[in-house]
Amino acid sequence: MSTAKTERLLNLVICLLSTRRPLTKSQIRQAVPQYASTGASGAGAGEAFERMFERDKDELRELGIPVVTSTQDALFGDEQGYRVDRDAYALPDVHLEPDELAVVGLASRVWQQASLAGPAALALTKLKALGAPQDDGSLIGLEPRVLTAEPAFDALWAAVRDRVAVEFTYRTAGSGQVALRTVEPWAVTSWHGRWYLAAHDRDRAAARLFRLSRVEGEVRAVGVRGGYTVPEGAAAEVLARPDATDAAAGTAVLRVREGAGQLLRHRAVSVRAGEDGWHELVVDFEDPEVLAEELVTHGPAVLVLEPTVVRAAVVRRLRSVLAAGAVAS
Amino acid sequence: MTESATDRLSRLLAMVPWLLAHQGVPLAMAADEFGIGEGQLVKDLELLFVCGLPGHMPDDLIEADWEDGVVYLANADAISRPLRLGVDEALALIVGLRALADVPGLGDRDAVTRALTKLEAAAGAAAAGADSVRVDLPRDSAAAVVSACEDALRRHRRLHLGYLVPHRDETTERDVDPMRLLHLDGHWYLEGWCHRAEAVRMFRLDRVVDVSVLDVDGTPPTTARSRDLDAGLFAAGPDDALVTLAVAARARWVVDYYPVESVQTLGDGSLLVRMRTGDTAWLRQLVLRLGGAARVLDPPALAHEVATAASRALALYGEGPSG
Repeated sequence: MSTAKTERLLNLVICLLSTRRPLTKSQIRQAVPQYASTGASGAGAGEAFERMFERDKDELRELGIPVVTSTQDALFGDEQGYRVDRDAYALPDVHLEPDELAVVGLASRVWQQASLAGPAALALTKLKALGAPQDDGSLIGLEPRVLTAEPAFDALWAAVRDRVAVEFTYRTAGSGQVALRTVEPWAVTSWHGRWYLAAHDRDRAAARLFRLSRVEGEVRAVGVRGGYTVPEGAAAEVLARPDATDAAAGTAVLRVREGAGQLLRHRAVSVRAGEDGWHELVVDFEDPEVLAEELVTHGPAVLVLEPTVVRAAVVRRLRSVLAAGAVAS
Repeated sequence: MTESATDRLSRLLAMVPWLLAHQGVPLAMAADEFGIGEGQLVKDLELLFVCGLPGHMPDDLIEADWEDGVVYLANADAISRPLRLGVDEALALIVGLRALADVPGLGDRDAVTRALTKLEAAAGAAAAGADSVRVDLPRDSAAAVVSACEDALRRHRRLHLGYLVPHRDETTERDVDPMRLLHLDGHWYLEGWCHRAEAVRMFRLDRVVDVSVLDVDGTPPTTARSRDLDAGLFAAGPDDALVTLAVAARARWVVDYYPVESVQTLGDGSLLVRMRTGDTAWLRQLVLRLGGAARVLDPPALAHEVATAASRALALYGEGPSG
């Protein structure tokens, strides 16, 4: 089913790119074989084709293909014509030197979010298709994977891009209390390895910074595309305020079983041998929830002594895991 | 995962110009470039084969030949140039480049500046949105050390490190064959074969007190394997056990991030995910990490392992399941 549609769309793209003069709908219907089979005859056939063509045209535009609608000259009446100008369609020639291609390749691998890693990889392929030289391989082995994955990123980035107001459940830093927030997303930023959303908070009628790791559950759209404007420079201003990011960072004291928690040991400020096969570790953290998420993966090999906020977060997650598992049985 | 018709079209429109620019490329290499299997690539070529100019006479159709395991493409003039960059694509590369501009040890920052200028010009209007995602990286004090490691990696030279070991509070001297440099959680790490330990080790670069690049070949032994820090040792093969998970909608990034066999979206937006793994410890860690957003449906032994790990951990805090 999907193959037939892909063929139809590809034939449509080729058809629209190959014509110098705009084509009418009936000309397009004859040119693309898959449209001919939209109902052989009868009153419904014309409508079925119209609907299908309109949807296809919109989907091509969604992909960024510039389908131009123009009114034909007076000789043909007011009938609309369609085409795609090749120069408007195509990626301009970009001449990348080998070292430039090497850094672009590296830049394309910097994303852990699939929603941007995919487009990054495709963009790189398009650049290579222009006949760019092989990259000089000087950056092999370098993996600055600086942009960490966050569950809420995809939805919030899309909301920023399309200017769609959203609502989500948010856990505030200090109290750990959850509340529903309704916001107009302005920008997302990665600061010290953590993602933040700068947005206009509708309930507080003020700009706010939200840490993505504390967004819980689904991000739901509550507005339409282009439903608000982003004031010039507003996002930058919010992000520049040093107290805008919460001071949730701290130091945790952990007990870790001998032989476990290698990465924790690497990061630890200090490691001290304890009793009965346990070591005591002191670890710095930026965000208690993010640390808790990591500590939970070690199961019974790690015990949080302090601070309370990290202890509570770990206990809460462990209980959720058990509750979820109990549903299955 | 099933690909939508428009996603597939997007790939085909990038594939045709790339294949035209790489005539005679082996199937495997082309498949790799597009992140698809060879089987899928052949299906794509079969699709291209029946598409073309209006009229669809033999001369109108795209010519695709892959009989000898290498691909030749012709008669695809209309789509011989790639589609201009979309908003997401432009942003991903531009923001990615800006993120790199601040990375110490990258060597030639000039290349980043030049690449950025060219890309911003080529992306045109699509680049406008690139300011809506910003990256602000902390300055890492290990710049000189990173440069030395990067140099050693590129020239396959061995490194000598003076390394401050936390739990013994002393500096040890080590000869290391570098494998990769990575930035994780705000710090640079060098992963390499440590000759002193005779094993793969990770060194946090801000604990390296001195470093020198030796004039000795630094190719690590063939047995040296990288540790994937994020997920323990994740290595899946076709004979590995099949695991079924129920994944809540909010954790669907998992299927984008890890290789999975199949995904089914259920009515409530949650997913039924099947994946293979040779290492159930890794999968147990993932389910724990997801904190209730996923549960193991099959095999029961793994579900039990997860439950046991969680309840034994809770017991350490003197807490029961409901507290």
